[in-house]
Amino acid sequence: MTPDPGRPLRTIVATDCGSTTTKAILIEKIGEEYRQTYRGEAPTTVEAPFEDVTRGVLNAIAEIEELSGRRILDGEKIITPSGAGGNPKAGVDIYISTSSAGGGLQMMVAGVVQSMTAESAQRCALGAGAIVMDVLSSNDGRLPHEKIERIRSLRPDMVLLSGGTDGGTVMHVVEMAEYIAAAEPRPRLGMSYNLPLIYAGNKDARERVTDILGKKTALTVTDNLRPVLEKENLGPARNKIHDLFLEHVMAQAPGYKKLISWAGAPIMPTPAAVGLIMETIAKKQGINLIGVDIGGATTDVFSIFQGVFNRTVSANLGMSYSISNVLAEAGLDNIMRWVPFSIDEQDLRNRIKNKMIRPTTVPQTLDELQIEQAISREALRLALIHHKSLATGLKGVQQERSISDVFEQKGSGESLVDMLQLNLIVGSGGILSHAPRRLQSLLMMVDAYEPLGFTELAVDSIFMMPHLGVLSTVDEKAATDVFVRDCLIYLGTCVAPIGQGAWGERCVDYTVTFPGGRDSVKGTLKFGELRLFPLAAGEEVTVSVTPARTVDVGVGRGVAVERRARGGVVGLVLDGRGRPLQLPIKEDERVRALKEWHKALNLYPGEDTVKR
Amino acid sequence: MGHTYTPGLTVTPRTVISKRRILPLPGTVLVKAGDTVVSSTVVARAELPGKVLVVNLVNQLGLLPEDLPDYMVKREGETIEKGDVLAETKPLIKWFKTDVRSPITGTVETISTATGQVILREPPRPVELFAYLDGAVAEVFPGQGVRMETTCAFIQGIFGIGGETWGEVVLAVSSPDEDLTESLLTPHHAGKIVVGGAFAGAEVLARARAVGVKGIVVGGMHDKDLRALLGYDLGVAITGTENVGFTLILTEGFGRIPMARKTFELLKKLGGRKACVSGATQIRAGVMRPEIIVPLAPGERVEGIDAGQTGEARGGIKVGDPVRVIREPFFGRIGQVAGLPAELTLIPTESRVRVLEVMFSDGSRAVVPRANIEVIEG
Repeated sequence: MTPDPGRPLRTIVATDCGSTTTKAILIEKIGEEYRQTYRGEAPTTVEAPFEDVTRGVLNAIAEIEELSGRRILDGEKIITPSGAGGNPKAGVDIYISTSSAGGGLQMMVAGVVQSMTAESAQRCALGAGAIVMDVLSSNDGRLPHEKIERIRSLRPDMVLLSGGTDGGTVMHVVEMAEYIAAAEPRPRLGMSYNLPLIYAGNKDARERVTDILGKKTALTVTDNLRPVLEKENLGPARNKIHDLFLEHVMAQAPGYKKLISWAGAPIMPTPAAVGLIMETIAKKQGINLIGVDIGGATTDVFSIFQGVFNRTVSANLGMSYSISNVLAEAGLDNIMRWVPFSIDEQDLRNRIKNKMIRPTTVPQTLDELQIEQAISREALRLALIHHKSLATGLKGVQQERSISDVFEQKGSGESLVDMLQLNLIVGSGGILSHAPRRLQSLLMMVDAYEPLGFTELAVDSIFMMPHLGVLSTVDEKAATDVFVRDCLIYLGTCVAPIGQGAWGERCVDYTVTFPGGRDSVKGTLKFGELRLFPLAAGEEVTVSVTPARTVDVGVGRGVAVERRARGGVVGLVLDGRGRPLQLPIKEDERVRALKEWHKALNLYPGEDTVKR
Repeated sequence: MGHTYTPGLTVTPRTVISKRRILPLPGTVLVKAGDTVVSSTVVARAELPGKVLVVNLVNQLGLLPEDLPDYMVKREGETIEKGDVLAETKPLIKWFKTDVRSPITGTVETISTATGQVILREPPRPVELFAYLDGAVAEVFPGQGVRMETTCAFIQGIFGIGGETWGEVVLAVSSPDEDLTESLLTPHHAGKIVVGGAFAGAEVLARARAVGVKGIVVGGMHDKDLRALLGYDLGVAITGTENVGFTLILTEGFGRIPMARKTFELLKKLGGRKACVSGATQIRAGVMRPEIIVPLAPGERVEGIDAGQTGEARGGIKVGDPVRVIREPFFGRIGQVAGLPAELTLIPTESRVRVLEVMFSDGSRAVVPRANIEVIEG
């Protein structure tokens, strides 16, 4: 159902078919603006007893019909275009969708050198919205038979093989192809078709790779993703991943052939669509951005720095199915440092395991909420560390250095994530989007990410970024209109000076100048303090900061800064806890500090009366 | 959102279970539709390709990859015995000849003129697929496997480890709130599925392994004991392949939690019968819970079991339903639904959620988010 390209879109229905829930939204053009007007949800129906994804889609759209009074469905068909039959309250101009049902797109990637072509292949697959099950390379430390056993046991949806620069040696990439052929890999879904494999390596090896893998896999050859060492060319391979996702993987999932026929644009993997909308917004506004989607099983991190997009998935850091793994990876002490009371270790461990085996439960008491939010800080922190390690410049590249670089020699492959250059953090996922107080979302992200200098924070209101990502491929204005007006809830701005000092010592002097005649506020922020100034969404203030001699607010130690800061549902937060953020080691001091911060921000109900 | 979900675990004295038994790769199905089989019947067989070994011949013989075929003694597809010469040099004086011999018995799979490696493969290993259940073959998927069907008593646990096994059900405790202790496990329990009560600690699990029990079904355990048993901290609940000596099934969760009386009473009535159990748990898309299946003969009535009951899907939650609270502060307590207010209710976290009122067995009442209860189904 491709829409008439000459006809402007006025009404759009979009769905995201998630593992458990299918979420539908209605977008309508009101005046000159696109707005998200209604939404509906229904359980995803990929699995038994329904085994047809379109049932859930129809149910979710039916909920929109009920709420909006618009007739969208004619039996099991979506009515297009809008205004069909002369009824202005009937039909939509286009239906679009994303999907992560059935575990999303699971890939294995292989390259020759781990830190070069294998890493480029990994970035390519992640950017295309995949979960990377394993990265194989000639120098990954595994013996050939171990690699072959691993390939055989994985059962991915798709394999991406890269390796070698164009015109370089063919031997190593052919060797990897031989290992894959020997493993006779089988796809995750179904027994009756060959595993899709994309070859995006040295073009001189294409013939040999085709000889080796052509009969054993559904081979697709595309441009080398690392044609020369100094350049990554991820686009062609990424597009091929999307094509094969639709042709092979989706086509095996129940009901997807029908869903594909309904959609007016190719169905995208959910994370690819989220990445696309973030990239679109960052480029449009000329900002550096970090986005995070913390789910039950995984945490996705997206970043756009200086226009370069990166995505990572921390496959086992999540708030329900994988919550126990957050404990295993972060360690008990790191989680407990955010909990404002003492708790028996065995009790805490049992509680976390019980959440893992019953993932749909919600915290009923305040201490349960505080424990979950403590765990989320660690999941967010670990996922960002993971992201920083992969969102890097190209490794193995020779760099020209001038005399001015002599004193600051950086190796190749430095992380692109520079917290000082970061303009906006966007949080998404239940724990951030549905925190009872928005302040809690803000502090979770500030504690986990430790932003430096001036940073704005926002949350996704109802997780509509996937829908907007796929919409941006059809109508960028509609997607960006809705993103700015309905999708994001701006929380406010955090100002965090860099440096450390004894608690109670002067960190910075500040002046906050409000618009509209409201009295400006002057004061001294001490080390160990958090201060909140309410500042509504859409309002802007001027913040002048004069740091102490050893403190930096982004332009050098002791150098004063004046910048505009935007408000939000939380406001302006001055964070004097120092960077890197350090919490007291002694338990009673740590608990006291946490309680003071929570009280200063009015973070939890009855903050001044909570006794433990 | 107009839907409320109350994930429930099935505990039913009589139902019909249908299970697909599929080979990991194409093979041969050995039974036909309508056949009656038992757990240990092999219903399908496949040949798992043998392990491969990569030998870089050009490095060992000092050749160029493209010249390798000229020096090969064995060709692609040829069978080889361990010690057979794979390739050899052709010097003018035989005394200087070097050869490379096969380290395995199997076949030569490929000879690469690009890399100079030769891939050898061991003979295929047979994989046998057991019926797992006593019952009938309801459907055959040619080359892939079968669908089994059996009339049985069926109990789902909440979490388990270890794979499929079968054995006689034996109760080791006399009440659902009694802990399973070391002294309760005797050599008599070897090869059995042992039912405990509220809790099994690390020392009990060690004893179970020593005694040789096949399965343990118990209300709860501590996370630290699970870690000790596995040797690592389980991060993600995808289990079933662990090899700790027995299959372990928790019916309630982590901590010391009395087994639901309904579950315990049913297991008690099934004592002495054969149970097929699996600890496989997967809590993601395609939820899988551990299970205890006690096959019943068609039309068979077991004393004390109401043959008319089935484990059909239920419509929704209603007042009077037996429920288990699955989150603090009432975690593990069992009661009845006493009220289902429709409106969203503010809970102490300040979230507004749909709740229900539960009446516990001591007559006390509590308001609990609907997401935090589980209907005891059956």
